[in-house]
Amino acid sequence: MYSKGFAPLAWATAVTLTTAFALVFFYAPLDADQGFVQKIFYVHVPMAIVALGGWIAGGVMAIKHLRGGDRSWDMRSYVAIHLSIILGVGVLVTGAIWAKASWGHWWVWDEPVLVSFLVVFLLYCVYYPLRFSIEDPDRQARYSSVFAIAAGAFVPLNFIAVRLAESYTHPRVLSQTGGNLPGEMRLTFLVALLGMTLLFVTLWKLELTAKNASMQLKKLRKRARVAA
Amino acid sequence: MIAAARAILRKDLRIEWRTKESVPAMTLFTVTVYVMFHFGLDRDTLDGELAAGVLWVTVLLAAVIGVSRLFAAEREQGGIEGLLLAPVDRTALFVAKAAALFIFLCAVELVAVPAFALFLLGPGLDGALPELLAILALGNLGVAAVGALVSALAAETRARELIVPLLLLPLLVPLLIACAQATEPLFRPVAGPEDLARWLGLLTLYDVVFVLVSVAVFDYLLED
Repeated sequence: MYSKGFAPLAWATAVTLTTAFALVFFYAPLDADQGFVQKIFYVHVPMAIVALGGWIAGGVMAIKHLRGGDRSWDMRSYVAIHLSIILGVGVLVTGAIWAKASWGHWWVWDEPVLVSFLVVFLLYCVYYPLRFSIEDPDRQARYSSVFAIAAGAFVPLNFIAVRLAESYTHPRVLSQTGGNLPGEMRLTFLVALLGMTLLFVTLWKLELTAKNASMQLKKLRKRARVAA
Repeated sequence: MIAAARAILRKDLRIEWRTKESVPAMTLFTVTVYVMFHFGLDRDTLDGELAAGVLWVTVLLAAVIGVSRLFAAEREQGGIEGLLLAPVDRTALFVAKAAALFIFLCAVELVAVPAFALFLLGPGLDGALPELLAILALGNLGVAAVGALVSALAAETRARELIVPLLLLPLLVPLLIACAQATEPLFRPVAGPEDLARWLGLLTLYDVVFVLVSVAVFDYLLED
């Protein structure tokens, strides 16, 4: 059900990610200001964008679940949020490494994007205790979807709030995260972003297939037990 | 719908009036936290950012108590079945619960803000009062909308007491930013530049978004 087109997708992911890393190390120029350390940018930023996209997608899938009543959409939403949390750990770790290398501290509070990300990450971590403290599967799906929608709406709001608060005291232009990248860096960044997105979708499909298979197995076991 | 919401709200207020559970506990909590801050920071008076932060963090932590008790009567006495069997819109239930929480918060702040001014605040409150009231009103509205939603979300879980603070506090971070930043210039010893419109705008945006989201999804909670 979820494994359709999985093999070509997995291949595309492997090829794109390999290309991205090749571009990062052999094609993209060294940053004049930060040197080699800046290359973590090609992992950190795509990971952050994909994680945020995954959370928003989880919210959209939750809306589909509540509107149509099809519980498989809740499963999709759950897996998307779950993967985004895993990516989120990566984002915070690479962000801390980058901060240490370029600013000398493991954590800086005047970087609005990173701070907003932490708040959103903390909120999504509550998804697990909420989801798994509800036993009734139908109610579990519904409540998780409500959480996914509310949290999805919270993501942009939180970014606006933190950005406003930081620019109030520290006006700074974010030159590294987009806008004015030179051509080679931009191409590398876009390939890395594509690779990360493909990786997310591949893992999402894989996890869904696995969850689906184990659910089917459980159902069959139950039936076998009833028959015996 | 309005009649139903009003009836539920009246019931909640009457229960609170008779049992005196949430509001006195929340109020006592705020005063205790001020005392804790006095010793924790080792400061006799606060002003500016520190004062705004202490005031708002304390109020929001007190809100956690109110939010976790919001559906307590229904849960413990089984009144929720009665409410769900009654042919009323779920939105009415949301509006009533949010309104009850709003009123509780206002009642708490009626004591908590003067107590803060008495115990900790360096500069006087007099000049800041109209602005502060506007910030408190908008802040309470946001807490009420998010709180009613979180309370309903957590009502059916096993680890309710754990879920409410974990869920509520990160959701309140943007509200805390807006409220604390808006309040900070009011608490400065010498008047400085303020940007009240920006933070009240952010608060309004927060309130609108969460009222809309809560109304949209509340129907799916507390079913069956």
